[in-house]
Amino acid sequence: MKIYVEGVGLLGPGLNGWHFSLSCLTANEAYVSAPTELKASELLPAAERRRTGVPVKLSLAVGQEAFANAQRDPATTATVFSSSGGDGDNLHHICETLAVAELEVSPTRFHNSVHNAAAGYWSIATHSQEPSTSLCCYDASFSSGLLESTTQIVVDGIPVALIAYDHPYPEPLHAVRHIGGNFGVALVLTPNVTEHTFAALDVSLVANIDCPTPMTDPALETLRASIPAARALPLLAALARKSQEVVFLEYVAGNYLRVAVQPC
Amino acid sequence: MQPLVISRTAIVNSLGAGLAATANALRDRRSGLAPCAFENVALNTYVGQVAGLENERIRPDLAEYDCRNNRLAQVGLQQDGFAESIEAAIQKYGADRIGVFMGTSTSGILQTELAYRRRDSESGALPADFHYAQTQNTFSLADFVQRYFGLKGPSVVVSSACSSTAKVFGNAARMIAAGVCDAAIVGGVDTLCLTTLYGFNSLGLVSQSPCRPYDVNRDGISLGEGAGFALLEKQSTQSAGEMLLLGIGESSDAYHMSTPHPEGMGAKLAIQSALNAAGLRPEDIDYVNLHGTSTKSNDASEDKAVYGVFGAKTPCSSTKGWTGHLLGAAGITEAIISMLAIENSLIPGSLNTLDLDPELKSNYQINNLAIPVNRVVSNSFGFGGSNCSLVLGRAI
Repeated sequence: MKIYVEGVGLLGPGLNGWHFSLSCLTANEAYVSAPTELKASELLPAAERRRTGVPVKLSLAVGQEAFANAQRDPATTATVFSSSGGDGDNLHHICETLAVAELEVSPTRFHNSVHNAAAGYWSIATHSQEPSTSLCCYDASFSSGLLESTTQIVVDGIPVALIAYDHPYPEPLHAVRHIGGNFGVALVLTPNVTEHTFAALDVSLVANIDCPTPMTDPALETLRASIPAARALPLLAALARKSQEVVFLEYVAGNYLRVAVQPC
Repeated sequence: MQPLVISRTAIVNSLGAGLAATANALRDRRSGLAPCAFENVALNTYVGQVAGLENERIRPDLAEYDCRNNRLAQVGLQQDGFAESIEAAIQKYGADRIGVFMGTSTSGILQTELAYRRRDSESGALPADFHYAQTQNTFSLADFVQRYFGLKGPSVVVSSACSSTAKVFGNAARMIAAGVCDAAIVGGVDTLCLTTLYGFNSLGLVSQSPCRPYDVNRDGISLGEGAGFALLEKQSTQSAGEMLLLGIGESSDAYHMSTPHPEGMGAKLAIQSALNAAGLRPEDIDYVNLHGTSTKSNDASEDKAVYGVFGAKTPCSSTKGWTGHLLGAAGITEAIISMLAIENSLIPGSLNTLDLDPELKSNYQINNLAIPVNRVVSNSFGFGGSNCSLVLGRAI
């Protein structure tokens, strides 16, 4: 299934934007880890902005960057959101509240607890009434989002923005589900070549592969392995290198997502 | 879109286990709602609780998946010859050619809520018998269903609040159209938990009475739990009478996180887009199964959308007076109820609705209506402004 890439957004530890990250993804400069630089999005009205957690900040930042790079209007573009854990801070606070006798859940925390909260805020921020779906596939959430985006693009013939994010749980959940940092990635994908296309992807589901494509830099490999959304890194590195490559991304049930990258 | 055959369905909710229990309750106008006696919940409300889940045992090889949500999934998979149909589909297509597209809103969160009550008093750690990936994680349900049948195809959970198990029909249809798989299990499960009971209560959206959709005095939802599954297959040679997925439409409100667009703009877009996908006009639809949650804002907003598309002619109703609001499982449950309406030539009216809100203009049915039904639109709308409408019907 062939699709095209118009724009990328990236925000993670030591990865402060797509263009900023190119030199370490292409191994021209060493990757240096640093806390993810989160900012509240100016796309949201102030009242809404105050209510948002890390997932919304990540999603809006990478989505906005990817659309700016693609020079495409988010209001007319369908979206696929994918996350392994949704808003872990919010979940922790709700479970902590429910464990004591008070049982007073905050209404804002409750409506932010839905897995599609980031998608909801995105549609409000961008005024997009286009279809949007919110997925979870545990460690394979990024590749699952890419597979879903690909089928929407080839079957419906529409552009789709994929936004994947994950962030760490606080304790005690952190001890049973380790996520190694705040990470978001967005891809603006299209069914045809446009004036902003910079790569073609050929996406398929395959079995009989030994392991997903690793990162050569040990610190980036640690990042890839410790955050579900960062499983996108081998694909991002191939896009950054602008070379013809095939990467295999982790999927489920013994399958992998094979992505052949062709610069254009 | 190319129609898909819905070759088997299975359902469990507070009306009972199996399609017949739901069909009989609809015919007899018997509600599954009862005063809430769930866990230690101290809310004065009614719920649609599934009986017997406390004693359900998860199959031993999947023991780590044990939580209320997966127990209800297992009960659902064992109804209505569903498991046998999947075995036959595996023989026909191969385990790697059958996708699993599940929807859930809260997954196994009850397991986490209960684990937080048993944290170590010194370290704060969760108990050792808490299995995050197999219960709390949103993917748990699809993982469970995929392993239950030993399937090897694509698998994912859609979690877009109350539209989740309607939207999975779209994921499956696209995967089949793209050739990633040949058949798919769609559907999903949501179970009662403290987060949704206290959460909806905090928003002032929980009724103290059994919910009364479209009633002038409606004052909120009754929560429920349920599971529903459907086997979707490519249509090889069209045979009359087959149940088909004819169309699906999805949209976003882009308005508010927990309040629907007051003019029903997003809902109207989803309905129109579903009709377009099916290549049908509003007058081709015999019945609209509404989302109809029984909150002031949902029913008013949805009525504007439905009236805007169908006018005052097409019969419509909400079936939440029977089951309560099944949240992430509402889409599949009401899709199956829509198929029961077609099979039994029976439009279910609305339970508990006494005085129809005069502000609402659609052709809302309070009493059951025995007439031929060939094509149905089923609406599901969720928090975050996530909307989905399905068009279901018989092959003619």
